[in-house]
Amino acid sequence: MFFLRLLERFAIGWNRSRFHPIANARTGDAGSRGTSRPADSSRTGCALAGVSSALAAVLIAATAWAADLQTLVTNLTTGGFGDRETAIGALAASGDARAAPILEALGAGQLYVRKSDNAVVIGRPDGNQLALTDAITGKSAGAGNEAELDRVRVNNRLRGVIEAAVGSLTLMSPDPRVRRDAADSLFKRPDPAALTALDAAVAAEKDARIKAAFTEARAAVVLVSDATKQQKLEALEIVRERGNRDALSVLQAAINSASDPEIKAAATAAAASVRQTLAAWEAAQNVWYGISLGSVLLLAAIGLAITFGTMGVINMAHGEMVMLGAYTTFVVQDIIRTSAPHLFDASLVIALPLAFVVAGLVGIAIERGIIRFLYGRPLDTLLATWGLSLVLQQAVRSIFGPSNREVGAPSFMSGAFQVGQITVTYGRLWIVVFSLVVFAALILVLRKTPLGLYMRAVTQNRPMASTMGIRTPRVDALTFGLGSGIAGLAGVALSQIDNVSPNLGQGYIIDSFMVVVFGGVGNLFGTLVGATALGIVNKFLEPYAGAVLGKILVLVFIILFIQRRPRGLFALKGRSVE
Amino acid sequence: MKLGSILKTGMVAAGLLAGAAGSALAQGAPIKVGVLHSLSGTMAISETTLKDVMLMLIDEQNKKGGVLGRKLEAVVVDPASNWPLFAEKARELLQKEKVAAVFGCWTSVSRKSVLPVFEELNGILFYPVQYEGEESSRNVFYTGAAPNQQAIPAVDYLMANEKVQRWVLAGTDYVYPRTTNKILEAYLKQKGVKQEDIMINYTPFGHSDWQSIVAEIKKFGSAGKKTAVVSTINGDANVPFYKELGNAGIKAKDIPVVAFSVGEEELAGIDTKPLIGHLAAWNYFQSVKNPGNEAFIKAWQTFTKNPKRVTNDPMEAHVIGFAMWIEAVKKAGTTDPDKVIDAMIGITVPNLTGGYSAMMPNHHITKPVLIGEIQGNGQFDTVWQTPGLVVAEEWSPHLPDSKDLIADWRKPMNCGNFNVVTGKCGGKGK
Repeated sequence: MFFLRLLERFAIGWNRSRFHPIANARTGDAGSRGTSRPADSSRTGCALAGVSSALAAVLIAATAWAADLQTLVTNLTTGGFGDRETAIGALAASGDARAAPILEALGAGQLYVRKSDNAVVIGRPDGNQLALTDAITGKSAGAGNEAELDRVRVNNRLRGVIEAAVGSLTLMSPDPRVRRDAADSLFKRPDPAALTALDAAVAAEKDARIKAAFTEARAAVVLVSDATKQQKLEALEIVRERGNRDALSVLQAAINSASDPEIKAAATAAAASVRQTLAAWEAAQNVWYGISLGSVLLLAAIGLAITFGTMGVINMAHGEMVMLGAYTTFVVQDIIRTSAPHLFDASLVIALPLAFVVAGLVGIAIERGIIRFLYGRPLDTLLATWGLSLVLQQAVRSIFGPSNREVGAPSFMSGAFQVGQITVTYGRLWIVVFSLVVFAALILVLRKTPLGLYMRAVTQNRPMASTMGIRTPRVDALTFGLGSGIAGLAGVALSQIDNVSPNLGQGYIIDSFMVVVFGGVGNLFGTLVGATALGIVNKFLEPYAGAVLGKILVLVFIILFIQRRPRGLFALKGRSVE
Repeated sequence: MKLGSILKTGMVAAGLLAGAAGSALAQGAPIKVGVLHSLSGTMAISETTLKDVMLMLIDEQNKKGGVLGRKLEAVVVDPASNWPLFAEKARELLQKEKVAAVFGCWTSVSRKSVLPVFEELNGILFYPVQYEGEESSRNVFYTGAAPNQQAIPAVDYLMANEKVQRWVLAGTDYVYPRTTNKILEAYLKQKGVKQEDIMINYTPFGHSDWQSIVAEIKKFGSAGKKTAVVSTINGDANVPFYKELGNAGIKAKDIPVVAFSVGEEELAGIDTKPLIGHLAAWNYFQSVKNPGNEAFIKAWQTFTKNPKRVTNDPMEAHVIGFAMWIEAVKKAGTTDPDKVIDAMIGITVPNLTGGYSAMMPNHHITKPVLIGEIQGNGQFDTVWQTPGLVVAEEWSPHLPDSKDLIADWRKPMNCGNFNVVTGKCGGKGK
């Protein structure tokens, strides 16, 4: 039977007419799919109106319906995405204080229709179940699970509409943060209907900073409203002073839509001035990104600076030590998730010593088991450790599976803050701090501890150290263990920004060698300077040359540099150099 | 390579055991089915799953008594994410093992690497991954999406529903993103998008430092026009990309990202809460509700003994491809490649999204296109789908080089690149 249908399709569609079934979809009401509820008869009209001129439709609909909250909320749950947009506008326009939490729940995907009685409820996760509250009365409605409920679905577009609607409803909220968010969302999505509410909010606001945010939001709204030319010019000035990306976006929109040449000129001038400020910040931002990339390189390379730099072992399995550190973090988080969820924020701190120990022990085992037989034979070491890296990867793949493992970010490492116009993410900031701490600690170990003294003695003059009674094989093992352990620490940090997969280490091995060679073999400060320099150069090249070409250019630069200075930035001097 | 042969022996043993346990109907030597997916190296992350799916499907078919009264036997080899090794292993499967069909490959470069081998030795390859099109071989059946079955509908959706006017085409630097972006760029321009509203960005494989690119996207997005990112970024680089997006506070409602290589498997490694609303275009989502899909998910989770194991689009492609091959073998009454290849065209089998997919004369299958938004639980919520099935355009009409080409492997045309203008087989391209 289906074959018949297929033949039919051949007949109509398959004579190379570039048959496009999708074309049918394009003209139809694309938004109305995605709901399982039966469509009501007014769907097409509403959807089209909603899509084409949302605001006008909202106003008309609001007056025409003038219904109670019950009807408004029920309208929210029926029909397709187009209807829902109209219903959201109507609910927001009702000005009902209860509307905001309902809309917020809708935006967060927490608004449900209970299948048993068609009641509209808000469900919040509570253990394995959902704690339900009646959307209209706000009273508890017992508990339920997803199977008994129909989620009222939203898409991206609706989330934006909801954000703007909630923004205009929460301008008078007692919570200053909510007011601030409301001002921000109105600035990003200016809605002329919110003008009166904003005027009232500006008048009532006591907090100077929020008042400024309200004034800016009002200016953005004025620019899209049918205000007079004078008002618009004043608004342009206010937006220009805000001077960030969002402001630029508003100004660009004003340029695109302005019909009056004077406004257009003023907006263009304002946009140019904002762009100038932003360009200056951009350079600063590149430096920050460079430092951040440099800190990652430093973390990955610093362990190698010890094993390769001071011991002279070309350890191709170094990246796998990083990977082991990352997997240790995963295991720690996994145990914490199941047995002690309240410790989650401390998971990385707990993982640090464990990762150091795990990677360090594996390192010592490698040194004792393989590398010590190959001292003085660099090519053999290279091949042996390369093979070892494949073995370690496949071992991890067999134990943990080939797919990525999820390592969560503790709360202190999530999110971002603004420094002027630079967005600094907490995760990156902590990694920079962490890499510097590790670096300082390593310097201390090498300079101030007996182990450090032995290490330096052995690397500088092995026979002499041996005659002085230092057990050089043991020092070799410990040095290699230290370098590997530090790679493990790097793994904990990298689990926050990269895939925790068996391939994690491969991505860093080349970069690590590059940093160590560039900075000067055997010199830790060289590694620090090398990592930071490469990071910053990379980040300044990237916007102009693109990521691929940028990487190539850096590589060419290093090759040329090594031709000039074969021993890197900071060459070791003295008798210890062979 | 060692591992491959160990696995292979294991599979043979498993096949024999299954054969012993199955019905007594099956007689004669088992039919060998090759599985050519990387089990080690960078692509293992994606391809291991497909190997497991093939083992499950073959196991299920054997429980039903095999095909043509003979059991099926999986021959698993490991090309280790190494493109030349793909060709070698393909040769081994066809010449030494004499497999009746091969299910395998993921990256386009691996497919291009085995293509001459399959053509030379007249084998059959089922290729399950969405790809850039611009190819149709007599010996390959493409069960993944061509660009018009994934990329173009996604762009249409964003234009119509999110009113996107500015486009960032971001991809990993290799053949699939480059060709797809070329097609998309031509398509967008055809739709009246200006050059200055398109930004194209390529990154190396496994790129992990996305700070400046995310900043650039943010900058590109502040031009007063709704902006979206169309991402052909390859699997592994996606996690750091999405992490950076989340950290930089780019929400889906401001700048949505629609991805063509991010499925349920890839999301399993990320906390998806900051990503809610970002989109993906596929022909299948695990969240699609229908009895066929629910049964498949259940069988898969039982087979892998992991109740949380996710399913994804290329897995569905193998399910369809395998079912089609079984039907074709039944129809041809033999596993002889020439007869099966002829029998394949027109075979229609149920897909997992509740409809039926058909093998077309261009060796591509018909598919519905689904647009999904990422949910907090790592699944996709379908927000739009094509009302019917979409026929693949193996040669894109949007590229000047291929707009006059068609593929039709039925007699009398029997050609993968027929030029409708010159009326000759063998236009541009392969």
